[in-house]
Amino acid sequence: MKTEFLRAVIDRAAETMRAHSPELTELDQAIGDGDHGTNMQRGFNAIEAAADEISALDFGPALQKAGMTLVTTVGGASGPLYGSLLMSMGKAAANKPTDRASFAAVFSEGVEAVKRRGKSDVGAKTMLDVLVPVLHALQEDGGDAVVAARQAADEGLESTRTMLATKGRASFLGERSVGHLDPGARSSALLVHVVCDLIEESQ
Amino acid sequence: MSESVSIVIVSHSPQVARGAADMVREMVGEEVQVAHCGGNPAGGLGTDVMAIKSAIESVYSQKGVAILVDLGGAETNSEMAVEMLPAEMGERVVICNAPIVEGAVMAATEAAGGAPLEAVKATAEEFLS
Repeated sequence: MKTEFLRAVIDRAAETMRAHSPELTELDQAIGDGDHGTNMQRGFNAIEAAADEISALDFGPALQKAGMTLVTTVGGASGPLYGSLLMSMGKAAANKPTDRASFAAVFSEGVEAVKRRGKSDVGAKTMLDVLVPVLHALQEDGGDAVVAARQAADEGLESTRTMLATKGRASFLGERSVGHLDPGARSSALLVHVVCDLIEESQ
Repeated sequence: MSESVSIVIVSHSPQVARGAADMVREMVGEEVQVAHCGGNPAGGLGTDVMAIKSAIESVYSQKGVAILVDLGGAETNSEMAVEMLPAEMGERVVICNAPIVEGAVMAATEAAGGAPLEAVKATAEEFLS
């Protein structure tokens, strides 16, 4: 079960990054250096290539290995950022989280690691504008967790459109970054959807 | 302690990294060890955490290592590489907030005079003020 689910996430995430690579690149060309699509695709292709090895591990070590794979293959800032997210989640997860609260606790460690690595927080037009609202949705108790997480991701992504970038390459553009979705927020929202969809399909 | 602070140059472009290192050697001489790396793990523009880590190790000095980077991803990947070093090495490695070419030349000039790591970093960063 553990193995099957991780394997399914890896396959779907890699497929999603391939399918959306042009879109991510286009978003990144508008406000960054235009490599987010190819970088994410390369990182997730590498995870997919190591899928047998990763999904044979326990939950925590599997996330750590997937994170390290991103760190060593992506080649842009998104490698250490997504890598730190997964590695810190992996370190925090002694066991596979089995409910909403335990997953939120593990996810929280990952989100904090992204804040530290990026020296950033919500409101700076980054992936954190998706990850932090998703975390908050999971930490609340009411409603369906999958529906809440997906909605938080979508709203968080959309919120980046009107934001002024203050981190990364996009900050060089100043006011010109306003009006564009953030590519890192977009890739984060895509990955939240992958996990949510697979949880729903497995129920 | 006769050895000096070493310099590592990290650019998205292998050519820029090599060119900046060439300039340092030409202008400062060979007494300061300079390593450079550039390009993502697939050989395109970008940076490579493991290559940065190797570059630091290749010139590591007890007096420390100053890293010069070009753009955001180079900085984030350099921070990751430093954290992957053994702690006693990592604490003697700093990333300078300075223009890559000018910063590297200034840092190397300061290092060649035997200055400590903090002074090397401060000199590189003078370009910002």
